[in-house]
Amino acid sequence: MLTIKNLHAEVDGKEILKGIDLEIRKGEVHAIMGPNGSGKSSLASVLAGRENYTVTQGEVNFDGKDLLELSPEDRAREGMFLAFQYPVEIPGVSNINFLKTALNEIRAYKGLPAMEAKEFLKLTKEKQQLVEFNANLMNRSLNEGFSGGEKKRNEILQLAMLDPKLGILDETDSGLDIDALRIVAGGVNKLRGPEKSFLVITHYQRLLDYIVPDFVHVLYNGRIVKTGTKELALELEEKGYDWLKEAEVHV
Amino acid sequence: MTSDITTPFYQYILDGGNGLTPKEDVLYGVRQDALARFRTLGLPDLKTEAWRYTNIQRVLKEQPFVLQQQALPVTAAQLAPAFIPELSCYRAVLVNGHLQPELSELPAAKDITISKLSEATQQKGFKTFFDKHPHLADQPFAALNTALFADGLFIELKANAVLDKPLHIIHVYTLTQHAFLQPRHLWIAHPHASATVIESTLGLHNDAVAFVNSVNEVVLEENAELWHYNIQNAVQNSRYVNQTAARQETYSRYHHYNFALPQATMIRNNTSVALTGSYTETDLHGLYLANGNQHVDNHTFVDHLVPHCNSNELYKGVLLDTANSVFTGRIHVHQDAQKTNAFQQNNNLLLSEKATINSQPQLEIYADDVKCSHGFTVGQFSDESLFYLRSRGIGAEAAKHLLVNAFAFDITDQVHIPALQHYLTEEIRTVISN
Ligand SMILES: Nc1ncnc2c1ncn2[C@@H]1O[C@H](COP(=O)(O)OP(=O)(O)OP(=O)(O)O)[C@@H](O)[C@H]1O
Ligand SMILES: [Mg+2]
Repeated sequence: MLTIKNLHAEVDGKEILKGIDLEIRKGEVHAIMGPNGSGKSSLASVLAGRENYTVTQGEVNFDGKDLLELSPEDRAREGMFLAFQYPVEIPGVSNINFLKTALNEIRAYKGLPAMEAKEFLKLTKEKQQLVEFNANLMNRSLNEGFSGGEKKRNEILQLAMLDPKLGILDETDSGLDIDALRIVAGGVNKLRGPEKSFLVITHYQRLLDYIVPDFVHVLYNGRIVKTGTKELALELEEKGYDWLKEAEVHV
Repeated sequence: MTSDITTPFYQYILDGGNGLTPKEDVLYGVRQDALARFRTLGLPDLKTEAWRYTNIQRVLKEQPFVLQQQALPVTAAQLAPAFIPELSCYRAVLVNGHLQPELSELPAAKDITISKLSEATQQKGFKTFFDKHPHLADQPFAALNTALFADGLFIELKANAVLDKPLHIIHVYTLTQHAFLQPRHLWIAHPHASATVIESTLGLHNDAVAFVNSVNEVVLEENAELWHYNIQNAVQNSRYVNQTAARQETYSRYHHYNFALPQATMIRNNTSVALTGSYTETDLHGLYLANGNQHVDNHTFVDHLVPHCNSNELYKGVLLDTANSVFTGRIHVHQDAQKTNAFQQNNNLLLSEKATINSQPQLEIYADDVKCSHGFTVGQFSDESLFYLRSRGIGAEAAKHLLVNAFAFDITDQVHIPALQHYLTEEIRTVISN
């Protein structure tokens, strides 16, 4: 599904990603953990195509396509979805209109006709229930004045609506209370399937109790310094990152 | 009033404008006074404070104009593109400022009088209000219009009349050669009357340049309410100096919306409101969307003469290409005008590095117990917002369109007729996708 080889990227002339190798196969869930500033969001941004990052080396293959060649919108249309750590507020663009536009642009790319109003409403309702998203928020401006938790739920609602092949969740759990965490994680679990993969960025092992990963990676200073199974997350929770930092220095 | 002037007309007028106002005209005296006033005021130049950013003399000198004052034939088929889809409305069609009853669908005369201004000179409303607006006195283009206008629209809403459908006024311009046109209107809403009036433009002149110098006096008597939409969607060879001068009596509510859209080369609006009665509500909403080489200059003036009036002004601009815009928002709160609320905001979205905006508030406040504020912003697309939309599969063009609409939303959302709102959103879409 996603193969990253020796990926280097910089922003404003500063190297942030320093050679990332990662392989995510169909149906797998990978978690990335790592200290603040280690490059987790940067990796997500580079994958989604944020333009202020420059890839200086390496390659990324997404389901048979050279991902780095694609515009951000084409990456989304090919089935990549990034749930942002900090979703932006866009006053004046209604949530529902935004969703409809996005859905239909993706459908048009796939050669499908625009979705009928009735069908769209039905789908929206179903996915809203999945993440217990407050229906009143649908007609409001996109994320404007939403609480932190509402924004995160909105990201997952969009993910559910757009039905991507690869969902990247960047700290979707931060800012969620325990109930919301369970609901959001439950939503993601229902979306899991043999054809779908997830890359979950988090600081907390707690989330991984709900969304159980196949692999856990530790990103430190722009590199993946350790890969393990879900037990690694427990170990990190206990020991912190310092022991890995030392390991990295010695490499 | 048939004199054609092929030498630069302004020189001719400055020289005396002999023969322009025939003696048998009932307005002969008024016109002579106006001519004299125009000669005293002179044509503004770049040293004139209110015209610093709009070189009107250069625009006038680009080519010689004739003072064409007649209407040319226009067919119903030619009119159709000016209709607003799905809008159920009355319609008044003016060709070069002359009302064309056979092309119009006017409301029944029970509640409202709609006629040519030239046929209304004996009406009481005309005698009371024509050329009486205090803000016109020092305006050279208004003086010129009073001196030279041939015709325009006289609207009189009777007391307590409520117009059941909007009145759509279509200003058609059609020319045989470069022409200077001077439509003149007077609208009066008597006590407790209410109506919605939408103005828009249809340019049928291709090569000939139209310089339109229009004046519209709007009177709202006690407790009258008027929604006034002015959509300036002209063709390329158009230049506009447009003065809308409203006055409001006690408890009246005036909602003015100006949409300056492509493609007129130059638009100068003087939109002014004199608050002569207390407890009034005034909304001045403007959206200017300028592209190409357009120059759009909005001068607004809210004159708080008496206590307890509320004015709320929001102008938003989207500038593309090498477009140029000017916003001057003057608010004058007189010493007696205590308990005034006057708000003003001008926000701009610059979508090209070559586009420019000049914005200046002019607050003159002489009362102490008032609430006034003003603000100005200029910004670009937020890259963050654009990326967010694109990361959801929305193409760059569609994303930009969503963001422009979002920016314009504060204004378009205020449009209280859905069909008109839809029409305007589509107009914006067309401009942005080109
Ligand atoms: N535009 C920029 N200019 C310079 N440095 C940047 C820029 N954007 C990000 N960085 C830097 O890149 C590094 C990685 O940031 P990133 O957001 O990827 O970290 P993160 O692992 O997601 O951290 P967190 O856990 O706090 O979310 C940081 O040191 C950050 O300051
Ligand atoms: Mg981060």
